[in-house]
This record gives sequence, structure tokens and C-alpha cells, in this order.
Amino acid sequence: MIKIFRAEWRKLRRPTLFFGSLFAVGFVSAMITAFIFILIDAPTGNAKEGAQAMVVTREMLALPEGVMIGFASSGALLGIVALSVFAAQTAQEFSLGTLRNLLVRQPNRIELLMGKYISMITFIALAVVVSLISAIAIAYLLAGNAGVSTTAWRSADAIKAILESYGNVFIAAIGYGTIGMALGIYLRSPISAISIGVGWLLVVENIIAAAWKASMNWLPGQLLSVISNGGENYGAALIKISVTLILLVLSFTYIFKRRDVAN
Amino acid sequence: MAAPIISVTNLSKRYGEQVALSNATFEVPLGTICGFVGPNGAGKTTTIRILLGLISPTSGSAEVLGNSVSEPEKYLANIGAMIEGPAFYPALSGVENLKILATLGGINFSVIPDLLAKVGLSDRADSKYKTYSLGMKQRLGIAAALLPNPKLLILDEPTNGLDPAGIQEIRELLQKLATTGVTVFVSSHLLSEIEMICEHLVVLRNGEVIFAGPVKDLLQRNRPTIIAKPINGGDCQRLIALSGLRGEIIDETVHLDAPETFAPELNKIAFENGILLAQLTPVRPTLEETFFEITGGK
Repeated sequence: MIKIFRAEWRKLRRPTLFFGSLFAVGFVSAMITAFIFILIDAPTGNAKEGAQAMVVTREMLALPEGVMIGFASSGALLGIVALSVFAAQTAQEFSLGTLRNLLVRQPNRIELLMGKYISMITFIALAVVVSLISAIAIAYLLAGNAGVSTTAWRSADAIKAILESYGNVFIAAIGYGTIGMALGIYLRSPISAISIGVGWLLVVENIIAAAWKASMNWLPGQLLSVISNGGENYGAALIKISVTLILLVLSFTYIFKRRDVAN
Repeated sequence: MAAPIISVTNLSKRYGEQVALSNATFEVPLGTICGFVGPNGAGKTTTIRILLGLISPTSGSAEVLGNSVSEPEKYLANIGAMIEGPAFYPALSGVENLKILATLGGINFSVIPDLLAKVGLSDRADSKYKTYSLGMKQRLGIAAALLPNPKLLILDEPTNGLDPAGIQEIRELLQKLATTGVTVFVSSHLLSEIEMICEHLVVLRNGEVIFAGPVKDLLQRNRPTIIAKPINGGDCQRLIALSGLRGEIIDETVHLDAPETFAPELNKIAFENGILLAQLTPVRPTLEETFFEITGGK
């Protein structure tokens, strides 16, 4: 397994992928955090509009968990990055034809798949750390101008909130990545896997959820969003998404093990 | 006789109604260079994929290095392969691509510079794969196949995209490997190349094995010819009659169905009967001619 992990990291550390992805997640987290602080006094508020609109006030930002609000809000976008990385790294083995080389050197397909999965999870863990650091750094940078007190951000409660939020976003990112990997194996094309995955999570699910509120309790993207934000019904969402992901992993592992490698 | 390194028995592969391979049975002797030929769609790549554990046969069995193809993890560490042309990560360099495969196979990186030198890629080792020419990609594929210091090398069209000098280098490389005990199983459309380097041959047509054995046995199936050109064109018919063999006259030249060994006898018959020969050439059938004859091609 360790050989597969190391081999996979040789691909993941490719500068355009490695620095490109880390820059993207860092930039997105920093931008979302910056909007929350910069628009704190804007008439339209600093959070999304609609039925679930939530205005983030100075008082909320000054709480121990205030330092994490920007980071937690960027969870869904981090998830999209995770989905794209997992889908591309898996599907490209089929589209480039490199899978046959890998299987000749490592014929244990389940081990190969799990090695890839674990290496991509570690990559995403690193991406979430970068996102966390950039969100916190921007929060500290803008807190003074926005008149937000940072005293509580250095408390033990704040550290607990940071760890919890990191855990939630990381779990959600693994969930998004697992969906991406499944699509990569099912579709065997990076473009199809990413476009269908992103299209479903960002567009189709939101349309379904808007039209039928009850679907938010079981649609995977909605559940992952709840986990990422650490919101209400967290426990139920975690159980539901765990079951979904286990079924997904079993399904794509079975297909990967049994399917002929004919391209 | 040593056990065959590849043994295939009644191997079949179907994709729905389509039969890719039908009851194929053949053996590849240890330590030989064995050619694997057949028209496009004959089932060569399907067979190679089964031997490498990439696809499962519909029926039949196959063994590689004494292990069933259903357990490829037992033998693939001793096999080098290039299937359906080279396939690597375009954004990575040649050396980085080899390192990925070496890492996966637990192979020491120290062999990589030697392999790159062997296939003539040392100068471009650090260039991205996507900048390689087709010939260079092919060479990298061969280097990747050689990574595990294999006992069996399976190559699918290894000379595709190579210029004549490159083809000659690959031919010499394969011959050199064979002298070190490596068995080479190579599919190619270049029958002249196969004839030059292979002692053994497996011929497929429409998914069926139509010949498996030594190349010389196959060549003997085709009629050898002796071409004789009398100085006096009018002697052609008389020469055929004197030889007692079947023959025909083409452009005042006699083409006799006779083995190479009959040439001195024919020369003697002609001389004793006052026929002077301007040309006496035994012609062995080429593999290409024999191949087209047995596969029904043109």
C-alpha cells in the first residue's frame, strides 16, 4: 500500500496540480473570509440571501468560533476542488491508458484503488489546512479595520472551534472526493466526471432542494453542506452520508475489481 | 524440454456476441523470441491483455511462468510489458513517469539511467512526455517494460513510429535480451522484422490460432522455388521437362517448384544437356508471403 501511496503522490505533487489546487483553495477561503469582513456594514449584508439568509455580525465574529466563519463557509467550494481532484486523478488513468501500466506493476486492484484513495485524502487534508490558514490569516488581517475584537480567537474555545471546523470541512471534502472518485471510475473520463459531479452538486441538487424541501435530508450535496458548516441535524447528516459513501465505495471498488481494462 | 513460459489452452473471449478470441491454444517456449502476428482484429491484443490479467477470459485457461492468469500478482513482478503502445502522464517527464512505475513495483531507481541510455532517451529524460515524438514515446514504453529486469517481455507493436535506425536498434536490443535468457513475446505488423528475429511464431486469424510453432516449420509449408534463366530462352520448356518437376515460364525464366537443395542437381542436368544458365537462384518463401497465404490476405 505504501508503494502505491508514494507513486500516487509523485503525480499529485506535479507543480501545476499541487500549487494550483492549494492556491485555489487558499484564495477561495481568503476571498470568502474577506467578503464577510469587508461587507459587514453593507446594506445587503455579508451572507447569502434567501430564506436561509444569515447576517454575520461583529458580535458573532468576535466569538471564539468567529475566526472560523469564513473557513466554514468555504467548505462547499473546497468540496468541489476535492471532487475535481479525485475525479480527474481517477478517470485520467482510464483516458490516458495508464491504468494498464499501473496494473501490470501492481495487479492487486483493491490495493491500488485504496492506495490512490488514501493518497488523495492526504492531499485534500493538506488543501484544507492551507484553506484554514489563509482564512484565519485574512480574518486577523481584516479584524482591526472591521472593528472586530480578536481576544476570544486566542482562547481554548477558539482552538476547539478551529479543530471542530477543520474536522467538519475535511470530512465533507472526503465525501465530495469520494463522489468524484466514483464518477471517475463509472465514467472513465475526467471531463464527464467533473462536469456531471459539479453540475449535480451545484445546480441539480439546488433545484431539487428548492422545489422539494424534504430532499435536503438525503441529497448527498445537501448533507455534506450540513456537515461542512457543522449545522443543525449534524449527527443525522453524518450517519446518512456515511452510509451513502460506504455504499458508493463498495460499488466502485466492485466495478474497479471486476471490470476488464480494455482501453 | 523446458516448460513453456506461456501456455494457452482453449482460451476464448467474447464481448457480447462478438468473438475476440476462440479456443486459442499455443505455447511459447522459454528463452525464445516468439512473434505474435495476425491481421488487425485477429485477437492479438485481447490475448496479451488476458496474459497480463487486465481482462478475464470467457473460457479456457492460460498460464504464465507456471501461474494461472487468474492470479496475475503471482507472476507480473517478473514480466515487462507494453500493450497497445506507450501510455504515460503527459505533464510528467520521462524519468518521472518511470519513477512512478518503479515505485509501484518496488524497483530501485538506480536502474532508470541505464534503461534510458539503452533506449536512447538519456538526453530527453527530463523533458515532459507530451513533448516526445512518437518514436521517443515508444522507446519510453520499452524502457518501462524493461524496468523489472523481466524474465518475460511482452511487447505489442514495439516498433510503431520508429524510423529504420530505431527499428534496427530495437531488433538488436531484443536479440541481446534473448541471449541473456529473457523470453520475448512480440506482436508486430512488420513481418520482415519478425522473420529476422523470431525463432517461434504464433499466427492468429479471426480469433483463432492458425499456426503455432517454429518459424522454419511455417516457411516450409510454402513452396520453395528455384529460378533458372537459360541463355537461350528457347531452352526453358526443355529444362522444365528435364528437371521432372512442376514449373512455369515467366519472362524467359523458369520457375521450378523445388527445394533449395535441388539447385546443384538442376545445374548439373542443364550442363549435361547443353543448356547454359545465366541465372540459378533458389528462392525461399518469405514470412510475409507465407503469412498472406495462410491468413488469406493479399
